[in-house]
Parts: sequence; structure tokens; C-alpha cells
Amino acid sequence: MQTTQTYRVFFVVLLIALLAVFLANISLGSVSIPIDEVVKGIFGGNASKGTWNYIIIDYRLPKAITAILAGGGLAVSGLLMQTLFRNPLAGPFVLGLSSGASLGVALLILGAGAFGGFLGNALVSEWSLVIASAVGSFLVLLAVLMVTFRVKDTMAILIIGLMFGSVTAAVVAVLSYFSNAEKLQQYIFWSFGSLGNQSWEGIIILSCCAVLGLLIAVASSKSLNALLLGENYAKSMGLHIKRTTFAIILATSILAGAITAFAGPIAFVGLAVPHITRQFFKTSNHLVLIPAVLLCGSLLMLVCDTIAQLPFSEHTLPINAITSLVGAPVVIWLLVRKRKLLF
Amino acid sequence: MTSETKHITLQAQDLSVGYFNKKAKKAVAETIDFSFSEGELIGLVGANGIGKSTLLRTLAGMQPRLSGAILVNEKPLEDYSTLALANQISVVLTEPPASKNLTVLELISLGRQPYTSWMGTLSEKDKTAVQNALQATETQSMAHRKCFELSDGQMQRVAIARALAQDTPIILLDEPTTHLDLYHRAYILKLLKKLASENKKTILFSTHEIDLAIQLSDTMLVMTGNANYFDTPCNLIEAGHFDALFPKDTIHFDKNTGRFTVRK
Repeated sequence: MQTTQTYRVFFVVLLIALLAVFLANISLGSVSIPIDEVVKGIFGGNASKGTWNYIIIDYRLPKAITAILAGGGLAVSGLLMQTLFRNPLAGPFVLGLSSGASLGVALLILGAGAFGGFLGNALVSEWSLVIASAVGSFLVLLAVLMVTFRVKDTMAILIIGLMFGSVTAAVVAVLSYFSNAEKLQQYIFWSFGSLGNQSWEGIIILSCCAVLGLLIAVASSKSLNALLLGENYAKSMGLHIKRTTFAIILATSILAGAITAFAGPIAFVGLAVPHITRQFFKTSNHLVLIPAVLLCGSLLMLVCDTIAQLPFSEHTLPINAITSLVGAPVVIWLLVRKRKLLF
Repeated sequence: MTSETKHITLQAQDLSVGYFNKKAKKAVAETIDFSFSEGELIGLVGANGIGKSTLLRTLAGMQPRLSGAILVNEKPLEDYSTLALANQISVVLTEPPASKNLTVLELISLGRQPYTSWMGTLSEKDKTAVQNALQATETQSMAHRKCFELSDGQMQRVAIARALAQDTPIILLDEPTTHLDLYHRAYILKLLKKLASENKKTILFSTHEIDLAIQLSDTMLVMTGNANYFDTPCNLIEAGHFDALFPKDTIHFDKNTGRFTVRK
């Protein structure tokens, strides 16, 4: 049996690993910066070379923070969805949030072609991408929340979310068909996901959303535990099903919506990290699982980003591909060993 | 205590249960009348589809009643909030827990939810209640096992332990003996009998084990479709109400042995 003591050890190990990978992440890349200079750059504000300072403060530090926020946030929203739908295959995007964001961005990038030339290019700036993606996922969120007020059955909500996804994917496909190669490439680059090029304002907004979503998630942990027995049992123990469903979907939408807006649709982390975490934390108590999943998600995302920026080379690989390349074998290995996928 | 009038915990008056179907009411069972007291084990019998589960769900507040009244501790059911009702009635459903990854201890501890703070951490009192539930159902030895490792009989004991941990005067069980062999069916019903008399609980269980229920129940509720009878097993046998349970051409009830026999 695992005790609180064991969990504490795990948490300490995770925190140390996170710090180590965080420093390694900032140190490695096309320009390699020694670790002690990284520490100086972050805390003292002055590395010995001006360019290093610039790279750390304006590029790598924001990117590392985005990786931590995005990885942790997506992983926690995956955990919430798996418990809410009592389905080990659920992830943060089952409600169609990422397809909503994709539609928003597709309309902006591919639709901007219709305005042509100057106006079209002016529309597609960094912030307009964020706004389009946020508006897209927000509209899908509104639709899903309206559905949750009308439909009682969570499985029905799950299927409706999938249907939203299909419809938006179809619209994106039609838009792509009528677009020129250049616009299409721009859209595809967005869909690769990107943790870099974040402004500090963006990071502050993203952090606020992440903290808000996580607070709602932690506040719902008792209800989440009750849902592990099924809705009828949960209700017989005094749980308000509709209120709880609403809170959980709201938390997921804030987390996954904001992250997708800033970093693009990052697949896989939300689905896989809760399962990886459960292999180490043998508990179903969400009060332990939420912080554990948060740390594991951040750690995995930082590792993936370190790989994606290809140390000692000038190229950066799409993060969306790396998360799957790194994560999928881990999940397959765990499942082959355990022969069971439980939640 | 030698009080002649036992405290009545659960009462139904001219109750009709069923479903609301596009504004039309579809009654499954009507004119149900009973009053259960504390310390009483009540067997609920009836053919498949006669409305046993619907009645249990209605009593547990999981679906609205069509008409009539349900009184929990002499107060109308609808006057209870979801949380207040969770202090009065606990349930054991036919559905298994959604997550089989829970340990037995975790599952039983969830029964304390109506009493814990927003974080759900257990106080000393909660821990005592969980230990008592483990003891009463003899599940201590499996406390740290996962639910997917348990047999059907063990799982049923754990589900009952969770209801016990919820510490309510009334426990409703929907077919607690299905999928169990004869030994475990008798074991579960004897356990319920013991819990009712020793812990002064009102325990209502639906079952298809009519002969076991006749032997162990204090009172029984017989649902036949046309009418519903509530009385002690002896009186029900005398009045011949068990004969009305099933069509007579295949099986009939033998008053002398108290069991059904197949017509050859």
C-alpha cells in the first residue's frame, strides 16, 4: 500500500526532475548556453554574453514556461474528462474544443485569402491567431455548455462533442480545398503547435487562465472522486450532478481553450499523461492525482520541447509530432506490461 | 427498550411509480402502500419488469414519483435536499462502480462523502465508520485490493460496506444476490438480516430468491402487477399472495414448504 509518505517522495522527485529539465531546456538548443550562465540569466538578470541574455529572457524562458503551463494544463484537463466520462480514451479535446479553435484559425488564415493582398496579410498577425482560436473554442464551449443544460446523459454529451468535431473538421476541409498553397501551409504550421514566440503579455494571460482552471479542478476533486462510482451512486451520496458536470467542463474549457489559443492544438499529452501518472501514483483520489498529473504533464512537455528544438542544430521540429513520438511508445510499453487500461 | 410502537422510517401512501413520457405518465406500478420500521429487513419480490427497480429508484430520489406520497422519517421525500437525503438513504445498485481501479478502502471511504469537508479528507469519526463497515462485512482482509481483483460475491460485500459507511437509517439494495452462488446468496441475506437487527437499520432489498427471502425477511412487499401486498411472510403465504406472482401454468407456490415447485 502506498502512503502519503510515498506520495511525498514522488512529488519531491518530480519537482527536482522538473527543475533539472527546465534548466536543460533553456540551456540546450541551436545555441548551447552553459547551465550556470542560464541560472545567472534567469535570476541575476545578466549572463556573461549579451546575446545569451537576449536568448534566455526573450526566447527560451517564455517558451519553457509555456511548455510547463501547456503540458500541465492539458494533462489535468485530460484527467478531468476521463473521470467525467468514465472513459479511459477521453482527452481534453473530446468536447470539440480543438476543432473549434482550428475552425477559428482556418477561417482567419484561409478565409483571409478572400480579402486578398494587403488586408488579408494585416489580418493574419500573431495576436489575431490567438483571438481567432480563442473565439473558435469559446463558441464550441458555449454550444457544449448549452447542450449540458439540456442533456442529462454524459455519454450523449461526449458524442455531441465528437459530432461538433466532425462538423468543424469538414468545414476546415472545404476551406482548405479552396485555398492557395501558401495559406494552406500557414494553417498547417499552426496545426503543428508551437510553444515558442510567446510575448510576456501572452504568458501572463495564459498563466491566469491556467490558475483559474486548476483552481476549479481542485475544488471539484471531491465530486470527481464520487463520480468514479458512477452518476447514480454519486447522486445518492449528495452530489449535484448538473452543477458538477458544468464545473468540470468549464475548467477543461478554460484550460484546453487557452492553451490551444496560444500554443496550437497539442495532441496526445492530455490523453496519455493521466495514464502514465496512474502507474506511479496508485490512488484514485483526485486531490493527489491532480497535482501529480500536473507535474507529469509539465515534465513530459518540457522533455518533448527539449527534443523538438534539436540541440546543436538550427532546426526546430513540430512539437505536436514530438509529443506523440515520445509519448505513444511510453503508453504502449506501460500497457503491454500491465495489460490493462484502467482509470 | 420495550417500546411497542417502533419508529417508522420509510412510508409510501398510494404511491405510483413510472416514467414521464412526452407529458404523458406511464405508470409501471400503482397503489403501493407500506410503512417500514427501524430494525426491519424487507424483501421486495415480483416478476421481471414489474417495477421493483423503478420503485427503489423512486424511493432513493433518483427519479420523480408519478403520484402518492413518500415519507422519509415522517417528512415528505421532496422536502429533502440531495445532501440531506444522502444522510437518510444509502443505496446498493446493480451497476458496478464505474472505476474498477479504486481500492476497496477508497471505495468504502467514498461512502463518507456526505459528511466530509470540500476536500473529502476523512476525520477520525469517518475512519471509525469505515473500519466498522469493513468489520461488519468481513472485508478487512481485502481492504487494499483493487476492485477489478474481486469476485462477484466480494464486490457485493464491498458495495454493502460502502452503504454502511454512509451510516444512514435506511439502506435500499437492488438485487444484491444476482450472479452469486447459493452460499453467497444466503451469506449476503444473513448479513443484511444481522445489520438490520443489530444496527437498527431499515433494509429494503429486491430479489428473485423468494424462498430465501421468506425465511429471512421480517416483512415482504409482493408486487404482482395488479396489486401490491405488504405483510409478514407468514401472513402473505396464508393469504396466498405468492401464487399471484407468476402465471400458474408453469410453477405454483406450495404453502406447506414455502417454496415454488415446477408443474410437471
